[in-house]
Amino acid sequence: MIKFILVQNRQGKTRLSKWYSPYDDDEKVRLRGEVHRLIAPRDQKYQSNFVEFRNDKIVYRRYAGLFFCVCVDSNDNELAYLEAIHLFVEVLDAFFQNVCELDLVFSFYKVYAILDEVFLAGEIEETSKQVVLDRLDYLEKLE
Amino acid sequence: MSGHYNLKALIKAIRSCKTLADERAVIQKESAAVRTSFKEEDSFTRYNNIAKLLYIHMLGYPAHFGQIECLKLVASPRFADKRLGYLGIMLLLDENQEVLTLVTNSLKNDMNHSNMYAVGLALCTFANISSEEMSRDLANEIEKLLGSSNTYIRKKAALCALRIIRRVPDLMDHFITKAKMLIQDRNHGVLLAGITLITEMCEIDEKVCDEFRKATGYLVKHLKNLVTTGYSAEHDVLGITDPFLQVKILRLLRLLGRGDPASSEIMNDILAQVATNTDSTKNVGNSILYETVLTVLEIEADSGLRVMAINILGKFLSNRDNNIRYVALNTLNKVVSIDTNAVQRHRNTILDCLRDGDISIRRRALELSYALVNEGNVRVMIRELLSFLEVADNEFKLGMTTQICLAAERFAPNKRWQIDTVLRVLKLAGNYVREEILAAFIRLTCHTPELQFYTAQRLYAALSNDLSQESLTLAAVWIIGEFGDVLLQGGTIDDGEEVKQVTDTDLIDLLNLVLSSPYTNTLIRQFVLTALSKLSVRFKELSTPQQSHNQDRIAEILAGFSSNLELEIQQRAVEFSNLFGLNDVKLGVLERMPPPEIRATIMGTVSERKPVGSTRTDKDTVVDLIGDDLTSPTNGNLPSSSSGPSTQDLLADIFGGGSSDLGGGGITSPTIQQNGKSTSAAADIMSLFDSTPTPTAPSTSASRSPAISPGLSSGGGAGSLFDLVTPSNSTPQPVVQQQQIQPQPPKSNLQSYTAYEKNGLKITLTPKVAPTQPGLIQILARFQNTTGEIIGGVNFQVAVPKTQQLQMQAMSSSDISAGSTETQQMRIHAPAGAAIRLRMRISYNQSGQNVTDQQDFSGFPADLTGSK
Repeated sequence: MIKFILVQNRQGKTRLSKWYSPYDDDEKVRLRGEVHRLIAPRDQKYQSNFVEFRNDKIVYRRYAGLFFCVCVDSNDNELAYLEAIHLFVEVLDAFFQNVCELDLVFSFYKVYAILDEVFLAGEIEETSKQVVLDRLDYLEKLE
Repeated sequence: MSGHYNLKALIKAIRSCKTLADERAVIQKESAAVRTSFKEEDSFTRYNNIAKLLYIHMLGYPAHFGQIECLKLVASPRFADKRLGYLGIMLLLDENQEVLTLVTNSLKNDMNHSNMYAVGLALCTFANISSEEMSRDLANEIEKLLGSSNTYIRKKAALCALRIIRRVPDLMDHFITKAKMLIQDRNHGVLLAGITLITEMCEIDEKVCDEFRKATGYLVKHLKNLVTTGYSAEHDVLGITDPFLQVKILRLLRLLGRGDPASSEIMNDILAQVATNTDSTKNVGNSILYETVLTVLEIEADSGLRVMAINILGKFLSNRDNNIRYVALNTLNKVVSIDTNAVQRHRNTILDCLRDGDISIRRRALELSYALVNEGNVRVMIRELLSFLEVADNEFKLGMTTQICLAAERFAPNKRWQIDTVLRVLKLAGNYVREEILAAFIRLTCHTPELQFYTAQRLYAALSNDLSQESLTLAAVWIIGEFGDVLLQGGTIDDGEEVKQVTDTDLIDLLNLVLSSPYTNTLIRQFVLTALSKLSVRFKELSTPQQSHNQDRIAEILAGFSSNLELEIQQRAVEFSNLFGLNDVKLGVLERMPPPEIRATIMGTVSERKPVGSTRTDKDTVVDLIGDDLTSPTNGNLPSSSSGPSTQDLLADIFGGGSSDLGGGGITSPTIQQNGKSTSAAADIMSLFDSTPTPTAPSTSASRSPAISPGLSSGGGAGSLFDLVTPSNSTPQPVVQQQQIQPQPPKSNLQSYTAYEKNGLKITLTPKVAPTQPGLIQILARFQNTTGEIIGGVNFQVAVPKTQQLQMQAMSSSDISAGSTETQQMRIHAPAGAAIRLRMRISYNQSGQNVTDQQDFSGFPADLTGSK
């Protein structure tokens, strides 16, 4: 299962953090820092998208200036989580029509809503982009 | 004091801040404003305030005073309020906080809400943050919602159930029946969530697994549908239908098929189908193939399928994508212990990965390479690993040296190879060698008397070339000290290489150089001091030509350290200096150590697999930041930091071993060694005597044994007569020789045995055993020509049983002129207690006739090699 999801930019500013396991606040600050220091300097071309981290591993993918990182159990299928990250990004892209970092800043609460439609309780919840987008449209109309 | 107009205004204000201090000021002001506003209990501004507060929280500032306000927002009838309220709860609370109990009621209400989206919000919040207590309280609600007709709710409820059984496994029974229904669901989202739930159940409880085995058929059918149906717009990812669902099903199949041949049989076909039909050009396809491989390897699959799985991994290894190679190596690492042969086939590809650009791939390839070493391929593999060691990242070296040496110990085809391997490791990465490995190497050398000269010679040469490798220096210094005599005696190296004869002065020079080298450290100095002291004894035993001068040098060096600031060194220097004066005690204390007990080198598993980052959970952030930076380098420092106790052990060994022997053989041994006409010195004497016109019987044995040995006396009157003459011949010899003869013991154990006597050629063998090396027998063969004419082209060959080893030096001359004697030295290494049996073949030319003879000899006393 996913322990946490972090979206950070290259400077290490966290744009989204979702914790599926309980961590206290200091621990969260520490994890953000550690993950950033671990991921940011990695080579895009010559290194894999997986890093062992504590007793788990981090699967990450970089889109423009943003790192999407998920921390998963060490026996989980890394390749599948890499696809899952991409699915999430595709949904974001479709929802915001060409998503950029600023969308995540100004509409952070929407990003959380999208995340909750794709991942729940640390597992993938829905794999159909269309189902997620329809749902989000409807929720938007309700407000 | 009022805050910003709305969230957007706040975000803009914060973003326009130039410095962190400005940002902090803006946020503090805003937080204060929000706090004041909360006190007014205004339900219209609450939404706005919470939105702002959540943004502030996201930037890492405190926002916990908003928790209760979120609860109030959730209770609002407005959907937008509810949504933000639940978001706030998910962000500001977690399962460990007590405020959470206050949410239970709201959740319960909303789970029964008429609006399915409100129900969805409640389920979502529950699934993400529910505590154990909340799980118990709301389990019934979730169970009910699992049966909902709405797919959106069913899917979320399934994941809520997952959360419940993770927190309270006892509640699993509530959901088993419903979960079975989920397997048959047609909606992908529900099916996905349901399979995730069942997977978790099966992982928690093996018995539940049996329950779900009956559903294997359904899962296989689902998988078949996904694989065979063509394009489906809704769930297509790059031409593959719902890879996520496929992966989940494969994972559940793995649990169901594990240890159960019946259900494994049901899934065999579909697994083969997935393995062959999935497109492997993209990550999506590979994620499915990867999961398939894992499943095949874990269930009771037929062998064909297993081979197919390993071959998929083999194909992964040559994939250009780093990620694919990474998972392949990771998986092979898991498989290698189960199915080594299948993995062996991909050995070359794995070795290629040692040169990958990605360090984590190199690390895994290395790990896998260790596992692949066996008796059959040890030479090839170790050669590859050694060549990688030359270029390896420093962080790998410690593990590599350990693994290479352990593998060499386990699988070595012979001792020589093992010693060569360790020597190479010491040369290449002498600063990254564990103490245990060094100890094992020294143990090995002590137990391999036949290679002690070779090892000492190689270490001497290596150390002369490179003083910078700590472990090499330590090993060389120790071996030179302990086996200095062997080194000085000279010998041959099998491969016919030219061996440069080392002199005692060379050894002292080298050790002196080590002491003055910039790489030297306290430990090395301690080793050198001990080695020097041992050498002084070895020199004395050998009576080396320069010995008086060198003894002075040693004393001088020791004295130089007697005021060293390092306590341990000072103590050693002073103690050794004092010991230097006590001649009797010194010989006993510093005599050769008994070979340590042989045992396999044991150490904790050395793994390249280390978790990155700290695993600490304490709250001190500052300490942790420092701690993080320190964690990695400490690995490299291991050998030096742990070297403290070893030196003490070593000292204890030396003194402990010495003192116990003092009363017995300890004192006698050096004196007996005095008569050792050890090769170089003996050869000198021989040549001197040979040059004298009188045909001399070997002077040494005669002069040393007042009672003429039976072998010689039976050799005829001439022989014994000359024997008696020889002492007078030796009188005009230079002083050095006098010194040599002087300390001779009154009684000698040297005895000659006649091994061959025919056609006027008599061969006698004089065995000699040094008590310090009971397994090593030096034999001097003497060829006496008692005829009146020359015996030419003498060729003397000797064979020993397989358990023993033989080294022969060249004969002093292959032509024996009339009445003269020629000699030949040989050495036999035999296990203690073994009887020495020789098979000799001798050929020579006498008066134009070629004679070849073969003869066996076993006339040595049985206790020659010591008692068993």
